[in-house]
Amino acid sequence: MKMKRGEVIVLLVLAVGSVLAYLGKINGWHSGFMFPKWLSITIVSLTFLSMVWMLVRTIQGKLVERRIVFLYVGIAVALPLLMELPQKIIVSDIVRAVYTELEALQPGSKVLVSFDYDPASAPELQPMAEAFIAECFERDLTVIMMGLWPQGPQQAAMAVDSAMKRMGYTDQDKVYGVDYVNLGYQAGNEFVIQRMGSSFQSMFKTDFLGTPYEDIPLVKNVKNFSNINFSFNLSSGFPGTVEWVQVAVDRYGLRMGAGNTAVQAPTIYPYVRSKQVLGLLGGMNGGAEFETVTGLPGKAIGFMLPQSFAHLIVIGFIIIGNVAFFREGRKSRLKG
Amino acid sequence: MKRQIPLLITFFVGTLLIISVFVPPLGDLERDFTLFFDIIAVFAFFLGGGNLLRIHLMKLANRRKDWGFSAVTVSGFLFMLAIGLFKVGNPGGIAEAVDAEGSWFKVMFDNVINPLQSTMYSLLAFFVASASYRAFRAKNREATMLLIAAFIILLGRTPLGVMLTGWIPEWMSVAQIPNLAVWIMNSPNLAGQRAIMIGISLGVIATSLRLILGVERSYLGGDSD
Repeated sequence: MKMKRGEVIVLLVLAVGSVLAYLGKINGWHSGFMFPKWLSITIVSLTFLSMVWMLVRTIQGKLVERRIVFLYVGIAVALPLLMELPQKIIVSDIVRAVYTELEALQPGSKVLVSFDYDPASAPELQPMAEAFIAECFERDLTVIMMGLWPQGPQQAAMAVDSAMKRMGYTDQDKVYGVDYVNLGYQAGNEFVIQRMGSSFQSMFKTDFLGTPYEDIPLVKNVKNFSNINFSFNLSSGFPGTVEWVQVAVDRYGLRMGAGNTAVQAPTIYPYVRSKQVLGLLGGMNGGAEFETVTGLPGKAIGFMLPQSFAHLIVIGFIIIGNVAFFREGRKSRLKG
Repeated sequence: MKRQIPLLITFFVGTLLIISVFVPPLGDLERDFTLFFDIIAVFAFFLGGGNLLRIHLMKLANRRKDWGFSAVTVSGFLFMLAIGLFKVGNPGGIAEAVDAEGSWFKVMFDNVINPLQSTMYSLLAFFVASASYRAFRAKNREATMLLIAAFIILLGRTPLGVMLTGWIPEWMSVAQIPNLAVWIMNSPNLAGQRAIMIGISLGVIATSLRLILGVERSYLGGDSD
């Protein structure tokens, strides 16, 4: 495949821009930088007008190329990160249910959080993990973290760091081993959950840092699920929420809420209706709703603008594609 | 004998574990068998790692097409394995956690694995948009219904839905896009998901019975005789 000079230049500009943005992120060069409101509105308006123009060209018989679709999606997810436009987030009942469960817990209650995802799903699940842990800390609940996915405990450690920074807590305010603990990863999928039903210690001899289970003040009296007041599962696949419901909820009566990727969330609805899952945060929107109800705005609310913009762009291209389809006749196919 | 012994083991273990669910004194058996599973699962790690090395080293040795990618895979695998096992760069040495602050493992995880995996997943957005543009067509009544449901969910799962239909009065709130999205998820989606779940469960029961009774023998390898 031969590349045109223009494409090479665009790729180079994007690569340099990405490296600069990454360096800027880790060095804090552009922290707090946002577009002024007039510029944000101008960008949104221009994007909208250009899509109308593409629709007109499609009606005239000139089809949109695939790389144009890619370019617009890139713009839709990147530029809104620097925009500040008003958005109203309504909290749904299934998200509020998770908050209500936390609200009902007494300070010092034990909350088990399982991080069953990896960095691939982190953009969607990490904001809700941070929001959930921040809310637990705010309510003086103690948090026991673990993972059925190998990279889960690392995501847990990152979530705690971020929640501590957001709440302004130091290591003295929330003490590791007393207020929270990271038990790490254990192989065995749903069998880990099953054995935790009789003994946590049989599955986690030490925590993530290598401290023996019996030496950790927070869990030394935690034998099994009967010592857990509430559980929250963050999952993006197998093993995940379904396995926790089938083993921990059904067999041991664990009270559980869940946070899932937007793709996985629809499969969890039957468990929400049957009250096996007490509340559900679905995708970025679920995270944003949870941040709204807790009054602790974080990344999820910030990411809703790019998501809204991207959804609008996708809808726009679906309409354009259908216009082309009906214009060319139902039997023709687009060469995108 | 080569086939009959595994079939007997499957029948015995399968039947015993089903009985143990209904007979409380046998409940401990289930716990013991899950421990066996854990032990076997550990060997799968060695098998997986060994297999990965074997395939890619053979590709490298024979200089087969795209052998460069295999070189990257093998070196990445061995490098992460080494820094994880020997805890290279850990301030507290071998006794401290594998991802302690300053360890090479943590540096690699935070700056290579994390952004790379997130990038791979994020690329989906581009392909979903492109595929929707090219293939999401109102070809017939069913496809049109799917298209309308997709629009409602896409708008209803963002603040856009509120912005577009928030003006609709309370007595007509059912027509607001976020409420329509909730209805789609709570009713048609729920019904479909339940149907799929029940179907899968019945399939699992049937397959399990076939395995226990020795009707299904493909797991033994070779022909099923």
